[in-house]
Amino acid sequence: MIEEIGRTTEGDLIINIGPQHPATHGVLHLVITLNGETIKKVEPHLGYIHRSIEKMCESLSYRQFIYVTSRMDYLSSHINNHGCALCVEKGLQIEVPLRAQFIRVLMDELTRIASHELWWGAMAMDLGAFTPFFHAFRERETITDIMEKTCGARLTMNYIVPGGVMAELHPDFQKDVKRFIQLYKSKFEEYNELVTGNVIFQNRMKSVGVLSKKDAISYGCTGPVGRASGVFCDIRKLYPYDIYNKIEFEEITETEGDSFARYLVRLKEMQQSIRIIEQLLDNIPEGDFQAKTKAVLKLPKGEFYQRVETARGELGVYIVSEGGTTPYRIKFRSPGFSNLSALEHMVKGLKIGDLVAAMGSLDLVIPDIDR
Amino acid sequence: MFLIDYIKDVYGAVRSMLKGMRMTGYYFTHHKEIITEQYPDNRETLKLAERFRGEVVLLHDEKNEHACTGCSACEIACPNGTIKIINKFDITPEGKKKKAIDTFVYHLELCTMCNLCIEACPTDAIKMAQTFEHSVYDRSKLTKKLNNDGSKLREGVE
Amino acid sequence: MFSLENITRFIHEWLNGHFNPTFALFMEFGLVGVAAITLFAFLGLSLVWMERKVAAVMQIRIGPNRVGPKGIFQTTADTLKLLMKEGLVPDGADKFLFNLAPFIVMIVAMLILAPIAFAKNIQIWDINIGVLYLSAVSSLSVIGILMAGWASNNKYSLLGAMRSGAQIVSYELSAGLSVLSIVVMTGSLSIKDIILSQQNGWWIFKAHIPALISFIIFIIAVTAETNRAPFDMAEAESELTAGFHTEYSGMRFALFFLAEYINIFIVCAIGATLFFGGWMPLHIGNWQAFNHIMNYIPSSIWFFGKTIGLIFLIMWFRWTFPRLRIDQLLNLEWKYLLPISMFNLLLMTVVAIMGWHF
Repeated sequence: MIEEIGRTTEGDLIINIGPQHPATHGVLHLVITLNGETIKKVEPHLGYIHRSIEKMCESLSYRQFIYVTSRMDYLSSHINNHGCALCVEKGLQIEVPLRAQFIRVLMDELTRIASHELWWGAMAMDLGAFTPFFHAFRERETITDIMEKTCGARLTMNYIVPGGVMAELHPDFQKDVKRFIQLYKSKFEEYNELVTGNVIFQNRMKSVGVLSKKDAISYGCTGPVGRASGVFCDIRKLYPYDIYNKIEFEEITETEGDSFARYLVRLKEMQQSIRIIEQLLDNIPEGDFQAKTKAVLKLPKGEFYQRVETARGELGVYIVSEGGTTPYRIKFRSPGFSNLSALEHMVKGLKIGDLVAAMGSLDLVIPDIDR
Repeated sequence: MFLIDYIKDVYGAVRSMLKGMRMTGYYFTHHKEIITEQYPDNRETLKLAERFRGEVVLLHDEKNEHACTGCSACEIACPNGTIKIINKFDITPEGKKKKAIDTFVYHLELCTMCNLCIEACPTDAIKMAQTFEHSVYDRSKLTKKLNNDGSKLREGVE
Repeated sequence: MFSLENITRFIHEWLNGHFNPTFALFMEFGLVGVAAITLFAFLGLSLVWMERKVAAVMQIRIGPNRVGPKGIFQTTADTLKLLMKEGLVPDGADKFLFNLAPFIVMIVAMLILAPIAFAKNIQIWDINIGVLYLSAVSSLSVIGILMAGWASNNKYSLLGAMRSGAQIVSYELSAGLSVLSIVVMTGSLSIKDIILSQQNGWWIFKAHIPALISFIIFIIAVTAETNRAPFDMAEAESELTAGFHTEYSGMRFALFFLAEYINIFIVCAIGATLFFGGWMPLHIGNWQAFNHIMNYIPSSIWFFGKTIGLIFLIMWFRWTFPRLRIDQLLNLEWKYLLPISMFNLLLMTVVAIMGWHF
């Protein structure tokens, strides 16, 4: 996994943290220049999992290209699909029924919790504690079981279509989600006891990888990374879509900008998601789950942009249409790409152990960066 | 004063460690919290959700009849060419030529289980089965013919 | 009642009756050697199994359960697999040192076995400086580790070995000082005397507060000495440098791996001897009836029970806490553990002189 690939003229060591990791993250290749134990330069080499998704979408119709976007950031696949569907609806001026909007937002928030759970387990595993990973997966299994009953799939859901959702909610949905909320509330205290309050975790994460507010804005960091540095960038509050402007929830920000602040932001976001789900769960209106659309969708000529808040940050979907049945060009603005670009700035001058903690707190999913 | 802070540090550290140990100790002593499903042993009792997307199957009733008219809507809806419909022309009793399905070729190795074909079918002829053990030793076994031999279109389906 | 003494006495008398005394002595040497190696092999296998099961249950899953009932033959299968692997010697490595390093670590572990008392009168060598011998010989394992790191011809093995060496050498101080505090109470360095002095109660109960502090420091220090989590930065799996045993494969790696578990057993045995009385049953002062009942349980069961309890404690640490960074690790030792253990030694001496113990 590590090999020395050269020395600079001053005698620094250049090593690889190779594409294959024993931990999570994905295929990320970092070339690090070290002086002894201190990091001088970090260069990420991307593209190991580039699958030309944007090019593939040019040959698929507007109903067909949504399933591919599930595989971009596979931990928040609902939210990716949601963004694409919203962009298509913007182009066709389709009105989505209220029931479908409620269902979409519910599924979004459940996905956000599942993604943060996996991040929490993976971050603890990076720092050396192997137990929280399994505890996190127990909660995540409950959520994927709920998704399996309604959508039919556990990871790449493909449940949202332009105009609404693909199928009606399963009759057990409300009961299952209520049970999950109860389970989650009892386990959240355990998370604090096992990880957050532990003095070793705190010492590994505090003052490690500090990103100031000015730097966060200039690197374009959004999502929990930006919010931990004090930037107010929650798309659900700034440019609300679906019914987010009618729900009460708080936008969590911290000011220190170190790894511990990013950690706390994500934990508190999980609690806010639970609050949103509780508000919506009993009040889903009756109605259609899908608007009636034509069989073949053709967007008018023009450019359409839609932004959504995934678990990692702001995902932007940009469609250029020439009036045909397939898009002319689709571009995705991925949140991980901008967050990764701030990594070098964060870890300059720190030790190798700090690099691992900082990378874990950024919550990178490499297929999202490479597309 | 330095000494008071030192002692407070040590005390706080020890307390947080003991809390963490109490949690893992709880899981060590309560074996009913184990949620592992012992997979190959519990195949009989395993129940998957009814909407689980395993693979596409063509529904046949007891009289070996199905509802697929050969309209190719699923073939057009599929994003990556997994389905191929081969049609033939039957002669009806009145002497007219009618389109009927000859082979429904389904490439399981290409299918992404995205459910678009099921949505597109106008007669509800296909659905997703709940199988998930698809591994084979020979790749050609993954190219399946979905309509049974000798089956024909049910009466009254259009 | 069952006692291992009967077996040893029987063998001793049989040998002396049939052969001349010198030959009998050498036969006994051989038998003890075989027993020690068998004990090591058995311990290595069962401790690895225990670790995997304990880890699994804490992580709400079932551990190995297919190979043999409850998975007890899993480690045997793993060892057979390691034996069949190719043992690569890297190009440019120092062949003699590379091959010698695992054996040094194993030999040191076997040497430490000598003064430990497994049951009443079952002790290989009751030397009158038992505790000093233990501290001295356990320092030699650093040589094996540094040899392994240097001979691998790999810059990262060397770095890992250096870090590991620094860690072991620093934590020996705290461990030594905690051991010294019990020696102060006992007044003798010999293991047999220490155990016999706990006739009316274990030191952790008799010398209350200082012994408790000593015990906590001892457990932390020996966890760091054996390179176990949370102090395993030098050989961490998901970190950068994979440690001093990166280049080892096959049987040599198996030796390092087993030596780690045997080291854990040995330091826990020392901890059980010093703080919990070794093979001495739980006696409370002069409650004769209670003590008499406690004596019915064989002393070997007491010893192994206490050691396995301490091993479980060390495993519990591993699966709860994350890793400390290397500078935080050394920080912990030099700024926290060492001053506290020095102060504790002073406290223990005062308690011993003034007789404020039970």
